[in-house]
Amino acid sequence: MKSALSTLELLRPRTLDEALKHMITFERPTPLAGGTDLFVYLNAGTQPHGRYLDLSRLAELRQVLVAKSSITIGGGVTFREIREHAEIRRRFPSLAAAAAEVGAWQIQNRATIAGNIANASPAGDSLPVLLAHDATVHVRSVRRAREVAMADLYVGYRKLAIEPDELVTAVTLASPPRRSRGFFRKVGTRRAQSISKVVFAGVLAAKPGGEVTHVRLAFGSMAATPARAKGAEQALLGKRLTAGTVAAARAALEGDFTPIDDVRSEADYRRTVAGNVLEQFLRPLIS
Amino acid sequence: MSTRVRLSLNVNGRRYAVQVPPMKRLLDVLREDCGLTGSKEGCGEGECGACSVLMNGASVCSCLVSAAQAEGVKIVTVEGLAKGKTLSRLQQSFIDHGAAQCGICTPGMLITSVELLERSRGRVPSDPEVREALAGNLCRCTGYQKIVDAVRAAAKPVVRRAAAKPAARRAAPRRAKPAVARRKAVAPRRKTAPRRKAAR
Repeated sequence: MKSALSTLELLRPRTLDEALKHMITFERPTPLAGGTDLFVYLNAGTQPHGRYLDLSRLAELRQVLVAKSSITIGGGVTFREIREHAEIRRRFPSLAAAAAEVGAWQIQNRATIAGNIANASPAGDSLPVLLAHDATVHVRSVRRAREVAMADLYVGYRKLAIEPDELVTAVTLASPPRRSRGFFRKVGTRRAQSISKVVFAGVLAAKPGGEVTHVRLAFGSMAATPARAKGAEQALLGKRLTAGTVAAARAALEGDFTPIDDVRSEADYRRTVAGNVLEQFLRPLIS
Repeated sequence: MSTRVRLSLNVNGRRYAVQVPPMKRLLDVLREDCGLTGSKEGCGEGECGACSVLMNGASVCSCLVSAAQAEGVKIVTVEGLAKGKTLSRLQQSFIDHGAAQCGICTPGMLITSVELLERSRGRVPSDPEVREALAGNLCRCTGYQKIVDAVRAAAKPVVRRAAAKPAARRAAPRRAKPAVARRKAVAPRRKTAPRRKAAR
């Protein structure tokens, strides 16, 4: 076996309260759920921490609550459960689509939505979808329960605006306005099992044949954190969707992000593909 | 400072009492503590699927699961697919279609295919559906088509055997023979396959 793993401790709480108490101990454990990210680091020997906290048994984290204008997904819900969930498929098809593109089946069967959120990768597949649906992240500690807007969650590369003793317990997505259109597109080196070069989620609503009343354009792998393209959104809001406004949105997108060259892709490629997927979303909506 | 925990694992319907570090990978527990070496380690990072096992019917990479997380779960490895010496239809189909060459990916391919067939509930999954399901199982030998064909063939309703009742009874013991014969036929091809070295 990987010898380093034999020295690691694993705490196995039965309830969320018990788990939260472990988070205020001196030797604070690292939360572990599906393990699909964490074990990659452990196997590679790049994760030094000595104690882990198994969240995979907490029933409190495994619920999906369907409300009239929102849906709340427990942090421990897997991407398999998300892609198969009838209400999510019906009302949040882009989330179901994103879930179906996380890794492959083996990963979807284990990986959780809170893991994707807390791992805070700029390439996290579900994160642009959460941004595009004005998601709220539920966070708990022994001290309090609070909510953080997804838009305020990431303050830097893999840096979350949550305290060290807090756990992500759930996420709420707001239903998009009626008659809005959603879109999800992940571009990677191959269709399955790849990490994105660009990942995009969009939501747009317009008056029949008229101006745009609601627009959310969120990208991953374009910056240090997943983020909305505010400039491109502004270029569309209140305007009629035409070839001209679509071109303006694409031009504005250039100012929204300064992507980088890295192991997965190049800045130029990312910039071009981001513009392409944006057009792919918007063009069919031109009335 | 290695702390060990006693775990009772349910693997292939059998109980295994093991005493292991809690963060030992399920893959290593299966191979080293349970003596089940069918599951392979390819990449150790959830890309290749060679270590796939079923946890409560869901295919997972056992290199990404801690031993303790596998407690209380029904685990099935490739060793659990055959009934005694009788291969499952899926396994037989892999042999019949030449879907195994070097064999490293085969246990994982079979395991994830079991989940797919279970989910398909008797419907024959389409070619793209099989490819999507097996996207997390990498094969460097076959080019995948034979694997896809084997999985789809295994999902097709059995017509031949159901057709004649008396023959069906004899079919079971007779099935083993051609299986062995065909396996032998596969073996030399494996040895001489020139692509193998290049693929490594």
